[in-house]
Amino acid sequence: MEYGEHAGPQAAWADSVPVIAFLRQTLAVAQAEMHKLRRDPWELLTRAVQPALWLLIFGEVFARVRGITGGGISYLSFLAPGVLAQSTLFIAIFYGIIVIWERDLGILQKLLVTPAARTALVLGKGLSAAVRGLAQALIVYLLAAVIGVPLRFSPLSIAAVLVFVSLGAVLFSTFSLAIACLLRTRERFMGIGQVLTMPLFFASNAIYPISLMPRWLRVVAAVNPLSYLVDALRTLMVGKVPGAFSLWVDFGVLAVLAAVLVMVAARLYPKVAR
Amino acid sequence: MSIPVDSCQNPAAPAIETRELSCSFGKLVAVNRLDLSVPPGALFGLLGPNGAGKSTLIKMLITLLPPSSGSARVAGCDIRTQSVEVRRRIGYVPQLLSADGALTGRENLELFARLYGIPGTERAQRIDGVLSVMKLQDVADNLVQRYSGGMIRRLEIGQSLLHDPRVLFLDEPTVGLDPLARQAVWERLQTLRDAHGITLFMTTHDMEEADRLCETVAIMNHGRVVAMGRPDELKASVREGASLGDVFAYYSGETLDQEGEYRGVRGTRRTASRLG
Repeated sequence: MEYGEHAGPQAAWADSVPVIAFLRQTLAVAQAEMHKLRRDPWELLTRAVQPALWLLIFGEVFARVRGITGGGISYLSFLAPGVLAQSTLFIAIFYGIIVIWERDLGILQKLLVTPAARTALVLGKGLSAAVRGLAQALIVYLLAAVIGVPLRFSPLSIAAVLVFVSLGAVLFSTFSLAIACLLRTRERFMGIGQVLTMPLFFASNAIYPISLMPRWLRVVAAVNPLSYLVDALRTLMVGKVPGAFSLWVDFGVLAVLAAVLVMVAARLYPKVAR
Repeated sequence: MSIPVDSCQNPAAPAIETRELSCSFGKLVAVNRLDLSVPPGALFGLLGPNGAGKSTLIKMLITLLPPSSGSARVAGCDIRTQSVEVRRRIGYVPQLLSADGALTGRENLELFARLYGIPGTERAQRIDGVLSVMKLQDVADNLVQRYSGGMIRRLEIGQSLLHDPRVLFLDEPTVGLDPLARQAVWERLQTLRDAHGITLFMTTHDMEEADRLCETVAIMNHGRVVAMGRPDELKASVREGASLGDVFAYYSGETLDQEGEYRGVRGTRRTASRLG
C-alpha cells in the first residue's frame, strides 16, 4: 500500500474506549522497553550481583547474631524477602533518569506530541521497571534454593510475590520519574537518588524488624512504602511474622500510592519538555 | 470531553492561525503578540536569528508549551482547549536526531503507530507504506544506531506521518546532514506536500533550503514576524539581485557569514537544555 491511500485518518480511531486505548498505549511503551532489554540481557545479570552479596555476605554474618528476628525463623529466611524488596527499590529509584535522558535526546518531546495519555506514557515506563524487578525475584529465589534458605516455593505464593514486586517497582519508578521531572538534570537527580535510597532502605523492616527500632524511627518506617512491600513479601515467602499486616492492607497501601504517583508524574511529565 | 465535530473538521480553515499569541519567561518576552495565518497545503518557512522565538512558537503550536496569552488554532483546533485533538492532527520532527537508537526502524514506527491508536491490521500496512515512501525498506530491521543521519531523519519524518497528519512541524529538518541527504529529505517533503496536501511548517537556518523549498517565508525577530511573503517578493523588496540571506540580514540586523556559529548552536542548545 502506498502512503496516502489510506481511508480516513484520526477520527476512525478516536472512538475506541478510553480505557482500552490507555492500556494499548501503556503496553506500547512497555514493549518498546522490552525490545531494548531483550537485546541487552547483561543489564539483568549485572543487577544480580547486589542481592547475591547481601544474602551471601551480610546474611551469612548476621545469621550468627541470635535473636534479631525475635521469632522461630532463621535470619536468612527473614532477610531474603527484604533483599528482594531492596533490589526492587534500587532498580526503580534511579529509573527516572530515563525521562531526563529522553528529553535531552528529543524523544520525550515526540512522545508528548502524540495523543497518547500522559498517564499511559508514565505507567508504560513503570511496567518496564517491573519486568526488571521480576528478574530480581527470580535471582533471589534461585540463590535461596542454592544456599538452602527455607522459603515457600508454592506456585500461588510465588505468583503473589511477582504481583507485589511489580507493584513495588511501578510505585518506586514513578516516584523516581516524578522526582526527575522536578529536578530536570542528571547531576541533581543522581545526587538525590542516593539521598532517598538510604532512608527508604534503613528506615524499613528489610533487614531487621521494626520492633528493634527506636520509637521515632518506627513512625518513619510506618509511613515508608518499602515496609509494606517487605511485609507482604515476607508473609508470602516465609509466613506471617509477629506484627505483620494483612496482605490486603499491604496491597491497598501500595496500589493507592502507586496510582497517585502515576497521576502526579503524568502531570509533571510535560513540564520537563518545555 | 466533548468537542463539536465541525470545529476541527473544516478543511478550508487555515492550517495555522494565531491571534496575539504571546509567551514570556519571567521578564523575557519570547513571542510577542504574534499574528500569523498559514493556509492549508502551504510549504511555510520560519526564519530568524537565534533567540528570535521560533522554537517557543513551535512548542506552543504543538501543545508542548501553554501560551501566556493570546490564542492559536492548528488544523482548526484550539491549542489550549483541544490539545489532544490538535495532537491527533499534527506531526512533529524535532531538531535533534531523536529516533530511538536502541530500537530498529520498524520498532520505532511500531511504537508511534500504537500510540496513535492505529489498529493492528492497518498498522502493518501503514508502517510498510511509510518505509517505502521514505526508502527505508532495506534497513527497516536494523538498529537505528547504525543508521546515517539522513536515514534517521527520513525515519523520523516517517514516524510523524503514520497517522496522516494535516500539519507537519519540522524544526530545522536538514541541519547536520550532508548535501545528498539534504536533497533526499527535500524531495520527500515536496512529494508529501504535492501528492498529499500536507501543510509543512518548518524552521530553518539554511537560506538555500528556505529559498528552494518554501513558497512563503516569515522572518521572525524579537518575538514578532517582521517580514512575510514569497521568497522572490522579499528579495525584490530589499534590493535588486538580493539573496534570501540578504533579506534575512536586512530584517534581523545580523550578518550571515557566521555559518560556523550556526553549526555550533546545536551543541550549545543541548548543553542549555541539559542544564535546565
